[in-house]
Amino acid sequence: MKGEIIVYLTIDGIEKSFPHQKKGQVKVLDNINLEVEKGQFVSIVGPSGCGKSTLLYLVAGLEKADKGEIRIAGKKVTGAGPERVVVFQEDGLFPWLTVLENVTYGLLLKGMPKKLAEKKALDMLKMVHLSNYTNAHPHQLSGGMKQRVSIARALVMEPDILLMDEPFAALDEQTRMVLHNELIEIWKKTHVTILFITHNIREAVLLSERIVVFETRPGKIKATFSSNTMKDGIMPNDIMFHLEQKILVSLQDEIEKVLKEEMGDDYIFKTGSLHRDSSGDLGSHI
Amino acid sequence: MIWEVTSRFSSLPDFMFPSLTQVLKTLFTGIVNGQITIAIVKSMSRLLIGFSVAILIGLTLGYLIWRFKLVEDTLGFLVTALQSIPSIVWFPLAIIWFGLNDFSILFIVTIGATWTMTISATSGFKNVPTLYQRVAKTLGSNGLHFLRTVILPASVPQIISGLRIAWAFSWRALMAGELLGSGGGLGHLLETGRSLGQMDLVISVMIIIGIIGTMMYLRCDKGCRIAFS
Repeated sequence: MKGEIIVYLTIDGIEKSFPHQKKGQVKVLDNINLEVEKGQFVSIVGPSGCGKSTLLYLVAGLEKADKGEIRIAGKKVTGAGPERVVVFQEDGLFPWLTVLENVTYGLLLKGMPKKLAEKKALDMLKMVHLSNYTNAHPHQLSGGMKQRVSIARALVMEPDILLMDEPFAALDEQTRMVLHNELIEIWKKTHVTILFITHNIREAVLLSERIVVFETRPGKIKATFSSNTMKDGIMPNDIMFHLEQKILVSLQDEIEKVLKEEMGDDYIFKTGSLHRDSSGDLGSHI
Repeated sequence: MIWEVTSRFSSLPDFMFPSLTQVLKTLFTGIVNGQITIAIVKSMSRLLIGFSVAILIGLTLGYLIWRFKLVEDTLGFLVTALQSIPSIVWFPLAIIWFGLNDFSILFIVTIGATWTMTISATSGFKNVPTLYQRVAKTLGSNGLHFLRTVILPASVPQIISGLRIAWAFSWRALMAGELLGSGGGLGHLLETGRSLGQMDLVISVMIIIGIIGTMMYLRCDKGCRIAFS
């Protein structure tokens, strides 16, 4: 018998609008349906402003959906909770605490004894190769180190699902490469479910088992791809390249849409109504 | 030097323009025989009480304004208006309410620091990065714990700069209040010096006031640096 598939995260018909100064309400998410299995590594890729971060915040319970619901292991999400920890694009470490205090923050909140919390935090810091910096303050660390601390802070909570919002976007290429490997290692070790937001296709292909491509304005799921080779280890380059190409083609329209909108607006601003028609056409087919 | 020389050769009588040596002598004897020392203790205790109460009220009001939109719309505006009123202006009112005693002086010292404290606490709380708040929320913090471990520490820089300004305001209010009021203290000593025609005493008190003020500023500076290193 093959391993039974347990659906862990269910996103069911989510809709979300934000008030906009000029346009009234702008719909950022439209009828999103997604299921994530326990232990799966799922990436969401899409152009900027497509609402992928908003979806993550909804799952985290930091925002409220207008319609639809999100269930974790069958239970409806109503607010933020320590079983759904977020790693943000900026590290978000508290500058007034040391590295160790930052990592134990959530554990102590859970009511864990201080000794035990510190031991766990130290183990986790070892896993992200930062055991020499436990008493440093965040401003003494480099960007990559800070992000590793924030990953440690999230993982030490032993969350059921790790929500990552472009966690490596602000880092340089080398650091990112190192952290990619570390993240895969950690994922293999802990089997935590990961929902990973990125705009970097290569990153998504490299890391995840399943890739969800988002359509923009309003945000919708356009396509999903899976790469089953991941579980055994490193994916052959040609397959990866092929997959990347497929995703890129699927994203192309969206990127074009965003660009046109941005450039079109710019153009009107400069020379009058030359492009007004094409920009007026823009969302009309949606 | 210049002071000493000009004082000795000027045509003004000694009591109006005392020489440096004379001032230092008065300062020394004043400290030794307790006249100035007691005044310092009295002033400082008033200041500390008034200032502490002001910090408490300021932080509480700041919290309310930050937390509730209704309070911001009503009280927030009022505080801005009140802040522009020099606290000594409250003194006549305080005398009528509480009488010419310690309490009136305490009152204006407190009033002098409260509004500034409120305003800086409000802006401190408002400027706590959303990122920190979100991080804390997802790690399971809320309520008082959230306030204590995130909002307060994150707004420390603003609160400290508020403390400095508030300190300056209450220090001025204290001097003015003691000058006009009664019951000892450095300000009262100034008034004594004036009525007895002892400018050496007045200048001694001025020196003391300057020293205390500088010490407080330096202490505060150091405190900030420790908090953020």
